[in-house]
Amino acid sequence: MATMNRREALAAASVLFGGAIVGSQAFLAGCVSPKPKKEPFVGLLADSDVALLDEIAETILPTTESSPGAKAAKVGEFINVIVTDCYSPEEQNIFRGGLHRLNAATLERHGKLFVELAPEERHTFLLTLEDDVRNYRETRAPDEPETHYYGMIKQLTVWGYFSSEVGSTQALRYVAVPGRYDGCVPYIEGEKMWA
Amino acid sequence: MTARPSSANLNITATQSNTYDAIVIGSGMSGGWAAKELCEKGLKTLVLERGRNVEHIEDYPTALTPDWNLPHRNRLTHELAEANPIVSKCYAFGEATEHFFVKDNEHPYVQKKPFDWIRGYQVGGKSLMWARMTQRWSQHDFEANAKDGYGVDWPIRYDDLAPWYSHVERFAGIAGNKDGLPQLPDGEFLPPFDMNCVELDFKEKLRRAFPDRHLISSRIANLSVSHMSRGPCQSRNLCHRGCPYSGYFSSNSATLPAAAATGNMTLRPHAVVHSIIYDEEHERASGVRVVDALTKEMTEYYATIIFVNASTINSTLILLNSTSTRFPNGLGNDHEVLGHYLLAHNYRGRLSAEVEGFEDMYYYGRSPGGAYLVRFRNFGKDRSRKFLRGYSYSFGARRIQGIVTEDDEPIGAAFKEKMSVPGPWRVWLTGMGECLPYYENKMTLSKDQTDEWGMPLVEFDCEWKENEDLMTQDILDEGAAMLEAGDFKNIRQNDSHQAMGLDIHEMGTARMGRDPKTSMLNGYNQIHSVKNVFVTDGSCMASTACQNPSITYMAITARAANFAVEELKNRNL
Repeated sequence: MATMNRREALAAASVLFGGAIVGSQAFLAGCVSPKPKKEPFVGLLADSDVALLDEIAETILPTTESSPGAKAAKVGEFINVIVTDCYSPEEQNIFRGGLHRLNAATLERHGKLFVELAPEERHTFLLTLEDDVRNYRETRAPDEPETHYYGMIKQLTVWGYFSSEVGSTQALRYVAVPGRYDGCVPYIEGEKMWA
Repeated sequence: MTARPSSANLNITATQSNTYDAIVIGSGMSGGWAAKELCEKGLKTLVLERGRNVEHIEDYPTALTPDWNLPHRNRLTHELAEANPIVSKCYAFGEATEHFFVKDNEHPYVQKKPFDWIRGYQVGGKSLMWARMTQRWSQHDFEANAKDGYGVDWPIRYDDLAPWYSHVERFAGIAGNKDGLPQLPDGEFLPPFDMNCVELDFKEKLRRAFPDRHLISSRIANLSVSHMSRGPCQSRNLCHRGCPYSGYFSSNSATLPAAAATGNMTLRPHAVVHSIIYDEEHERASGVRVVDALTKEMTEYYATIIFVNASTINSTLILLNSTSTRFPNGLGNDHEVLGHYLLAHNYRGRLSAEVEGFEDMYYYGRSPGGAYLVRFRNFGKDRSRKFLRGYSYSFGARRIQGIVTEDDEPIGAAFKEKMSVPGPWRVWLTGMGECLPYYENKMTLSKDQTDEWGMPLVEFDCEWKENEDLMTQDILDEGAAMLEAGDFKNIRQNDSHQAMGLDIHEMGTARMGRDPKTSMLNGYNQIHSVKNVFVTDGSCMASTACQNPSITYMAITARAANFAVEELKNRNL
């Protein structure tokens, strides 16, 4: 998948520069010899979108005393991978259009971009989006898509965080090799869920 | 034991080097058993597998990969899902397992009516990705066809198979409890896996409300204790990726290594069997024609006996494609049976519900199995006037994530903490129904389309009928009544209307029977009219019962293989 994206990037670049790029073989191989490093993921979302999603995700699942937050789990990067590779074109449109709407909404309400808001403002703003999703579910026209873009962000954040190494091992309890199955063990309030 | 080559123009050396005592077509669940039994009895055995080799442990690339190191956390990419609308429906097909499944476009087939054909073309076949539930059939199941007249009478009864169930269970390693139920005979069990506290509570409430309905720990081919240098199961519940601990039964972990250890097995991957060669003069099969999957070159192999274990549909495809002067419609096909009476299990009816209480109870580890609600319909005193035969259910209870309620803030620090703890319990109930044998439910071969190996494409023309529809409704009705008796709340019922095939329990099309006029195979799985060919995978089934079928294929195969060896000794083959 990474190679394909590199090829796509190359194709896009050759259009930009009006022809084949000298040294494109080296570019395709990763520019580093002899062994290419793991290439950064080239997805649909811009770096600024990924940074924005990191901040939204961190507002939904912030760092707390008990565990690091969504930013530490690189949820923004994860969302880029899933939206790029697993979403249908229709879902991608809803998602990308949504990021524009989100920025427009913060500008309108606060005169600032989301990333420029103070933590409390971010929190309050996302609560209004939670209301928007609820209203949308109740009032959407039959021909409108079922999914609201913020619903996508929230779902991807929760999934991305709790399935990450940080989320699985620090917010939840992860045992790679349990060794046995005990069907009935007492649960003491506050104990974390098994990942 | 000498084979009789059919092609006179082959030179003697090539013929000798291509000659074995036995050929086994397929290396999956039943082929692995045929290989083990025949090799252990001293037969030089060639095992032909159409797919690639899969070395146990070495070729399980994702077995030790935590989900966070899978590029898409085990989700299918849009591209993969779009390109594979059929196999993507399979619950076990994910990013971590997709290398074990046939992709839709690699091996196309024709759906005159919908049939979801889920396949695993590799050494080990689908035994790598199976669900491992292993309930024996009962006497009642083998009598069902004779009693209500649907299908032909089975030529065997439970007593014929019971010692062979024991034989395969002792080797495979089956965890289970001796529950003492006549409709689900006990076997040679390793200790059972636990049921959790909600499952145990339901068992008790069910027994009180419905004395003839039993919830048990499912018999399962996961090793609850170390067994024959394999396992124990580590309760990771990542079985479909292949197990580096040999914690569950597969051909790769168990039967094929045993066959190889005898020194009698030759395993040839990438070998697509085109047809079985029929020797008109001696009125027997002499070998098989094999197309190399990579080079497309055709080779003939010869043997005294041939076991057909290519999986239900592919075994019948090979038989239908094995035409000769004597058998213009396919090997042993003297009637309108081969390809007909295609069967499946009805997994359409599913229920779920919420659980109140048990917040102070949890579990440790990930159960490889679950609970099994034993068949009660049309058994004992129960008589349904609505439909024939019966069904069972799989049942499971788990805690879902988080204790967030509508009054809680849906984001922020408190939300995160509340999402980090186990939430309420939920239960799931999935019906597994018997399907009647119908002549019209069939597979045929395309007359004008072939695949790249020259095999005709398979066409499916089959559907659920009234008995299956009525049974689905009863699965939902009775399921809800039982969940209510369990004090579960917010019960949801769903008929998925999924097509035949997605159960991955396709059976029939070359059924066993007493009468050569109405069946393909006799009571030892020999083709009635070609006694040195044995068909012992799902295609041999004359009915489906409602139990998961693999353990029955294993027992039938071991029985047939040992019979074949005796017949060879007695010079009857």
